[in-house]
Amino acid sequence: MDLVRIKNVEKKYKNGVTALYDLNLAIEKGAFVFVIGGSGSGKSTLIKMLYREEKPTKGQIIVGGLDVAKLKNRKVYKLRRKLGIVFQDYRLLPKQTVYENVAFALEVIGAKKDEIRVKVLKALEDVGLKHKLHEYPDHLSGGEQQRVAIARAIVNDPKLLLCDEPTGNLDPEMSMEIMKVLEEINNKRGTTIIMVTHDKDIVNKMKKQVITLKEGRLVNFKKKGTYNNEAI
Amino acid sequence: MKPFRMLGRSIRDAFKSVIRNFSLSLASISCITITLIIVAVAVIASFNVQNFTKEIEKDMTIVVFLENDATEADVEEVKHKIDNISNVEKYTFQSKVEIKKQMQSESEVFNKVLEEWDENESPLKDTFQVKVKDIEKISATAEKIQAFNKVSVVRYGEGMVDKMVTAFSSIEKVTYGIVIALIIVTVFLIVNTIKLTISARKREISIMRLVGASNFTIKTPFIVEGMILGVFGSIVPIIISTYGYLAFYNHFDGHLFSELIQLIKPEPFIYTTSLIVLVIGIIVGMIGSASAVKKYLKV
Repeated sequence: MDLVRIKNVEKKYKNGVTALYDLNLAIEKGAFVFVIGGSGSGKSTLIKMLYREEKPTKGQIIVGGLDVAKLKNRKVYKLRRKLGIVFQDYRLLPKQTVYENVAFALEVIGAKKDEIRVKVLKALEDVGLKHKLHEYPDHLSGGEQQRVAIARAIVNDPKLLLCDEPTGNLDPEMSMEIMKVLEEINNKRGTTIIMVTHDKDIVNKMKKQVITLKEGRLVNFKKKGTYNNEAI
Repeated sequence: MKPFRMLGRSIRDAFKSVIRNFSLSLASISCITITLIIVAVAVIASFNVQNFTKEIEKDMTIVVFLENDATEADVEEVKHKIDNISNVEKYTFQSKVEIKKQMQSESEVFNKVLEEWDENESPLKDTFQVKVKDIEKISATAEKIQAFNKVSVVRYGEGMVDKMVTAFSSIEKVTYGIVIALIIVTVFLIVNTIKLTISARKREISIMRLVGASNFTIKTPFIVEGMILGVFGSIVPIIISTYGYLAFYNHFDGHLFSELIQLIKPEPFIYTTSLIVLVIGIIVGMIGSASAVKKYLKV
């Protein structure tokens, strides 16, 4: 079963720049996929279209059975509830504790208090931060902050976890820590992960599926890929 | 219950936001307060004007005198015709004999004078007093009656009363205009205040959207916040208008300039006014915040 299916997708921005040309892709459930490519390759546009921050100009994108391109603005939340999203800049609320930050994702969709407690603790355990529940994000290291963000992204048990350069702000050691967490989530929870990155070491070490984009076109999609400098 | 849980969260968040952005909230509350004071004055004035007009209209009647030689058959005919005019609400009829008796009973002097006159010399006339349904068509109705056979003179409150009614109704229109203009200005002020509190919470909103909060969930705390500002903003105007009107009413003994212009009794009236002020405050706050938050809900 494919969780994500992209058919003949083209994205042209209003300023006339075309970010993606006729893209076709299928990502199956439970996969761990890297999306790599140089700047201007369209990798960020691709991931933004998956969580409907951008709409494709042409073509069809299906995520977990939802036709993303046809989704109305006020229905976008239906898609977002099936997804977890992690960014380079963590996007945590500075005035709330680690626990509150993660619980926030469940609170705003109207979950019950008991349910929130159980799920938040489980998610924080999965990312190894159960001992820092009551800390504020400012007091945590970058790697820890990113793990809080990951906990927030997985707390709702999403089918798909989208990561946009999650290690971009971190040193190699912390980056590997994050990758271990992600791999564990992929293995234990069976969450499909799509991660945009330009970190060569990570891609080469992890030996996962790799989608390579160049100037808005798909160059290759390898089952156990590495970061190929020539392709980019 | 999920909706209640969400509502509880919204109210909690709204109060937090009002307190957190205290100076800003205070600014919009002051704006609402000033507007609502003027709105309250306008509402009180407008209700009173309506009341005067109604009272005056109630007293306006058409008086119809028949000619001296009108027979009983003529009287019947006129009665019948008046009945057929659609604008006539009701009428009373006094024959010359009845008027004579009434006048005689009222004073000794009249009694003697009237006694000397026989039926044909008497200056008294058969009289109708006609009340109309729609005061604005009173002159048309009067003209119709004038045209009837054996009708000699038709009188209604031309002139002064007429002018007063028109003056009052234009005063009313002006007050409505002022109230509407003020409300629009206040809505703009609230839009700006809420926009500022929103921009302080932009990050929070974007995260809410990312984790799948529906637009409704995101909007409600801000709308509640607007309503809270409206409620706080209406406290002072309600106090001022209530005690102000009481003092005004007592100072003028319940009427303005002459007995003719009666003020509305304060007892239920000030409660109605307070309620109107409160509701306007809440609605203005709601509209302002709803339109401010709209912009942030696009993806």
